[in-house]
Amino acid sequence: MADESTGDLERNDGQRFDRLPATPAEQTVEGRVSREEVVDYFRDRFSMPPETFDDYTFWEKGAGKIWIYGGEAPTPLEIEAIGMTCLRTRQEHWKPTTDFVQRFGGHATDCVIELDREEARAFATGEDREIERWEGDWGYLIGAHEIAGELEPLGIGLYVHGELRSMVPKGRQRDL
Amino acid sequence: MEPLERYRPIIDDFDAFLEACERPLGNAARVNTIKASVERTVAVLEEEGLAYEQADWNPRVLRLETGSPGSTWTSFHGFTHGQEEVSAVPPVVLDPQPGERVWDSCAAPGGKATQLAALMGDEGTVVANDNNLGRISALRFNAERLGATSLAVTNADARNYSLNRFDFDEFDRALVDAPCTCEGTIRKNPDTLDNWSEGAIASVSGVQKGILRRAIQATREGGTVVYSTCTFAPEENEAVVQHAVEEEDCRVVDFDIDLEYAPGLTEWDGEEFDSSLERAARIYPHQNDTGGFFVAKLEVTA
Repeated sequence: MADESTGDLERNDGQRFDRLPATPAEQTVEGRVSREEVVDYFRDRFSMPPETFDDYTFWEKGAGKIWIYGGEAPTPLEIEAIGMTCLRTRQEHWKPTTDFVQRFGGHATDCVIELDREEARAFATGEDREIERWEGDWGYLIGAHEIAGELEPLGIGLYVHGELRSMVPKGRQRDL
Repeated sequence: MEPLERYRPIIDDFDAFLEACERPLGNAARVNTIKASVERTVAVLEEEGLAYEQADWNPRVLRLETGSPGSTWTSFHGFTHGQEEVSAVPPVVLDPQPGERVWDSCAAPGGKATQLAALMGDEGTVVANDNNLGRISALRFNAERLGATSLAVTNADARNYSLNRFDFDEFDRALVDAPCTCEGTIRKNPDTLDNWSEGAIASVSGVQKGILRRAIQATREGGTVVYSTCTFAPEENEAVVQHAVEEEDCRVVDFDIDLEYAPGLTEWDGEEFDSSLERAARIYPHQNDTGGFFVAKLEVTA
């Protein structure tokens, strides 16, 4: 594992995009996750089918900031952005982004908490809410609500001690 | 409105034009089909009790009857993006296809770049460039909010843009929605004409020529380049395209768009332009009750 063999690994360059290695065995940069681990995480936590991501590549720019991209690009790449940020690694609990969850959260069947309209409104405003009915895992959940007859992901929330904390970033919060 | 007097000789029903320029513009939004279909978006608007009208020329463009279009569920979910109706014209004229490589040379804040990605089904590569780092953050914010995964963002001067950063060396299509004097946005920003001068037009037209030439050079033979501005000045429109036709391998081609518009000019202020400039479109505020726009479509030749 990475922790035991850091001796010959490179340091992460936070200024550029580097494509994630396919598997942990191909890791060349200290602390960098692999594509396999990212796809496994989305499957294990949210039951998103791995094939959801077949047409996408994953990249790291910034320490632990993982990006998902559908276009063409060489690695490494020094530009402003590719696709969208999707996941924060290099911390104890990996954390998906609200934008990623809004785009791909429809593929999730686990760790999705359905909110009523009033709870959804609070979530979008960035408010935390006591929610006693959740009996699944604690940690990062996808907040979702039914709109025009279909369940639609709102963003990411942190569920602990009977409370759902909205993780919707300031700039994305809305008074609805 | 004084600066607009110079267009009296070229605009039909000039008084109606001036009156339209004085009326404020309503809120328009584009349906972001990366995240939701038109049907689903419209169903959400109806559930919210929000009145809307679909544009005749494009069912993905909605005129919304609300004072705060940002505070809606469709906006929060990224189903809609506030965008002036005529701003949605250039990407439709460029007509990008899934899987293609497309360059948006002056992309911030990203309304048209994300529209290009949506038209491509978010498949392919849209390189959204802007020279202004401050505006890049708005571009990135919008791209992520709208879920465009096919978009790459660069910060460079479009006039000498290098493709060395990528694996490919030409684009299939390019959009030059050039920085301009913005006369056509007067209904949105009533102080647009406050700093108007012929000098400003002359100076910005040099930049426009440089960007359009680079876009043609960076596009493959047989590929398409669309040049657009939100201004009426022929120096920034027909004269820029005329310069490109003279200096680069390209020709002006026809396009269909189901809006009222006037043809491009073939002469202005003593200068004559190629007759093909008639194929360009001048969209005036009084014709469709929108903002003003100029659009020309070019094919890159050998």
